[in-house]
Amino acid sequence: MMGNVATEPIPPFERFYLGYRDEVLGYLRRLLGQRAEDAWQETFLRALRAYDRLEHGRHLRAWVFTIATNVAMDDLRLKPQLPVSGEPVAELHRDAFRELEHLTGDLPPTERAAVVLRYGYDLAYAQIADALGSSEEAARAAASSGVRRLRRTHERHA
Amino acid sequence: MNVTPDLDARFREVALREGLVDVRYDIIDSPIGGLFVAATDRGLARIHFHPDGQEDELARIFGVRVLRSPLDDIRRELDEYFDGTRTSFDLPLDLRVAPFHADVLRELALVPYGRTETYGALAAKVGRPRAARAVGTVMNRNPIPIILPCHRIIGANGSLTGYAGGLDIKRRLLELEGATLLF
Repeated sequence: MMGNVATEPIPPFERFYLGYRDEVLGYLRRLLGQRAEDAWQETFLRALRAYDRLEHGRHLRAWVFTIATNVAMDDLRLKPQLPVSGEPVAELHRDAFRELEHLTGDLPPTERAAVVLRYGYDLAYAQIADALGSSEEAARAAASSGVRRLRRTHERHA
Repeated sequence: MNVTPDLDARFREVALREGLVDVRYDIIDSPIGGLFVAATDRGLARIHFHPDGQEDELARIFGVRVLRSPLDDIRRELDEYFDGTRTSFDLPLDLRVAPFHADVLRELALVPYGRTETYGALAAKVGRPRAARAVGTVMNRNPIPIILPCHRIIGANGSLTGYAGGLDIKRRLLELEGATLLF
């Protein structure tokens, strides 16, 4: 059967909100710590302001993570700083991330967002690129650089 | 990481205050079961006896910015009605229906508490004495039952005939109002 993605209906906002409010708060806590609640409210207000202009109901999860990332970066008064890297891509297994995730607070914000979205929320690099307003390559480089930094921090603490 | 009830309530409040919501709804407990109640900025827009899945219907008619939030004014009037202390409602309505439906519902609203009227008599009141069946259709699609009292409209022989919430509920509403029933 052909999936008619172009006409995938936009769910009522309430259903969208209930579906994502908890994991967006979790994500913002990782980026902002105690300041996450204000950013969380701002994220869903921005989503609501834009909601009736959506053209379809696809990729809403990636969309709300993009808004949350923008709000967090605004809060940190930062433009995403994308590392330029010629180094080989560093990846993590999910289990390894669980061991290292308590150290993500020490990463620069863009790397932190990339690593958390990739390994904490399983977003594809194309979606992380949207969230960071970057190319897919740059998103991959940010996550990779974050992973290397996590490993170095972990070794220092070990 | 779960959103606390406080944080959730604060978000819903701000969203409403900023005028970002097309239609809000709540589920209000009543002696005849949970009622799905929806309102826009203009007023009460919907009451359904079966809450499941009504959000999609609201999104289709009023817009996708559908948000659950307390509807205290409506809840209070409904509570008073079910307690037997309120015999008419004082709520602005947002009726989005075809002109014939609007005419019939306007007449329907005038049928007094505790009284019944036949489909034919209501048809006559809107100048369409032979349109009893069409009036039946309007009753069946009444977007705001209880407030617009289609439970007070019965068959020419006194039978209850039909009701979107089920005949049992129609009977209970009429009994609550102390109406005289033949069946």
